[in-house]
Amino acid sequence: MPAFILLTVMTALRILSRNRLRAGLTMLGIVIGVGAVIAMVSIGQGARAAVQAQVASMGTNVIIIMPGSTTVSGVRGGQGGAVTLTVGDAADIKKRSPLLSDTGWAKRDVMQIVNGNRNWNGPVNGISPSYLTIRDWSFLSGGPFTQTDMESAARVALIGQTTLENLFDPGEEAIGATIRIKNVPFQVVGLLAPKGQSAQGSDQDDVIFIPFTTAERKVFGSQFLGSVGALFASTEQIADLPEAVEQIREVLRSRHRLQSEQADDFTIRTQIDIGKVQEGTSQTLTIMLFAIASVSLLVGGIGIMNILLVSVTERTREIGVRMAVGAKRLHILSQFLIEAVTLSLFGGLIGVVVGIVGARLTTLIVGWPTIISFDSIVTAFLFSLAVGLFFGLYPANKAARLNPIEALRYE
Amino acid sequence: MRPLILCEDLWKIYRVGDVEVQALRGINLTIDRGEFVAVMGTSGSGKSTLMNILGCLDQPTRGRYRLDGLDVAAATRDLLAELRNRQIGFVFQNFNLIPRTSALENAQLPLFYRGVSIKEQRMLAAAALQRVGLAGREQHYPAQLSGGQQQRVAIARALVGTPSILFADEPTGNLDTASSREIMNILEQLNRDDGITIILVTHESDIAAYATRELVMKDGQVVQDTRRATHLSVMQ
Repeated sequence: MPAFILLTVMTALRILSRNRLRAGLTMLGIVIGVGAVIAMVSIGQGARAAVQAQVASMGTNVIIIMPGSTTVSGVRGGQGGAVTLTVGDAADIKKRSPLLSDTGWAKRDVMQIVNGNRNWNGPVNGISPSYLTIRDWSFLSGGPFTQTDMESAARVALIGQTTLENLFDPGEEAIGATIRIKNVPFQVVGLLAPKGQSAQGSDQDDVIFIPFTTAERKVFGSQFLGSVGALFASTEQIADLPEAVEQIREVLRSRHRLQSEQADDFTIRTQIDIGKVQEGTSQTLTIMLFAIASVSLLVGGIGIMNILLVSVTERTREIGVRMAVGAKRLHILSQFLIEAVTLSLFGGLIGVVVGIVGARLTTLIVGWPTIISFDSIVTAFLFSLAVGLFFGLYPANKAARLNPIEALRYE
Repeated sequence: MRPLILCEDLWKIYRVGDVEVQALRGINLTIDRGEFVAVMGTSGSGKSTLMNILGCLDQPTRGRYRLDGLDVAAATRDLLAELRNRQIGFVFQNFNLIPRTSALENAQLPLFYRGVSIKEQRMLAAAALQRVGLAGREQHYPAQLSGGQQQRVAIARALVGTPSILFADEPTGNLDTASSREIMNILEQLNRDDGITIILVTHESDIAAYATRELVMKDGQVVQDTRRATHLSVMQ
């Protein structure tokens, strides 16, 4: 039997190499199908990895609480328009919700920042020290400010990578330098490690952090002391997030004296919510991929079946001769199946190459990240094998069922 | 000694629409090992049908056919293939070589289905080609060979598995006189020197004259059965 299979494979290769154009055109469907799958899966996985990195860059197990909208005489302000969240809320949440490992808060405003003869317009954030741990910020040099800095409203600042590049000359030492925010001098004490784009697409590194107390007393000139732009909290376990959200909601509703029929005057979002939106996108992509792959592999399979049916008719006499010298049904069946599988596997192989090249070109030309996974290559290959077997079966069976006498007489 | 071929009341009936065609009508026939039988008859006499049944390509509608003691009439399709592979060699009028495949590979074909190693297949096929005088043409394609040479490749293919019977269906029908004589000489030699049983279907009496026994068929029956003592070449 091994000799039979080896020789049959060799025969199949020879027959296919004799009809190169025909074999090539037959394989085209499989090539396109497999190539499209490989290329699109790597684009999809590249995009997914990028999104996952963005979601992860928010911090770990983060809950974000934004103020709700205000309604003034029926005119509704946008989200965050109201000044409903306070430092007191944060303290109370921490106290009454045992699932939370930490809470922090931040208030943000866009301001002009000056360093010597350079200046830059960017967001300035007044934050609690805990904010840095919740959002997972790390430092390239220097370090965070302390609780003491917070209490004394010290004029210290942490700057992000983008801010650094816009305020300082290349190679200029930022740590210890004095910059002015709204004409208030601040000493730079920390340089933040870059995070890249956020899940919403904004540059997270275009940022300056200063102590919250300093911000509200010396820079922002807040009307209501203690009001914050957003509250942040984190839990130890990701599984605790939904329950923690409910606890926070209860605490905030009771603190804000909301009646049961009144809507929340705040919005709570977690990493899971943000992740879900992205998951939905990649799921749609996966379904589309699957549809494209199925259609092209189906078309490819029909192409193989068609050409094999032609081949069976053309080679009826040969089949008769093979039967006359002792070929059993299984021999004839496997001969044509092997031809079908050879065609589809070759198509799959070329498709894999086309897919990898396509993914690489996408990265090069469009700049999308791509990840070529071994799994998708193996799957595509197995799929093309299955297509060959499935669509080869009918013509092969047709050949194997020929009557030897009629086949020998076939003109 | 057990006869190689034993037919008892062999019938073959085809049904074409509503019409029943009786191709064979109660054939009784015994052929011993080593015989050289010519089957003659006009077209439609049933000689091709008889040949297909004796060659295990087809099965009788009724009656008994024993090949070397084995009941062919009751055999499965795969068993028939096995029988053809081990016991029978075919030589056809139109050679029936596989196109664009070398003479050697054509001659290997029966061994290919017997599961013989590739090395042994090549060796035996080369030996068979040498037997029919085609040494040195192993790598030629059928299209590169003359009709006589193609038929010799077909004989090599029929011989390679050392069958007990060789069926030749009008083997010289597509050949000129010189090539016909060559082919018949090879067949006669195989019968005389190797004791291979040969059943030859022909409608030419000078070709039938090579045989030691002559069957004449008419309307699905054997109407004449004559034996000659010696081979034609010996008589000459």
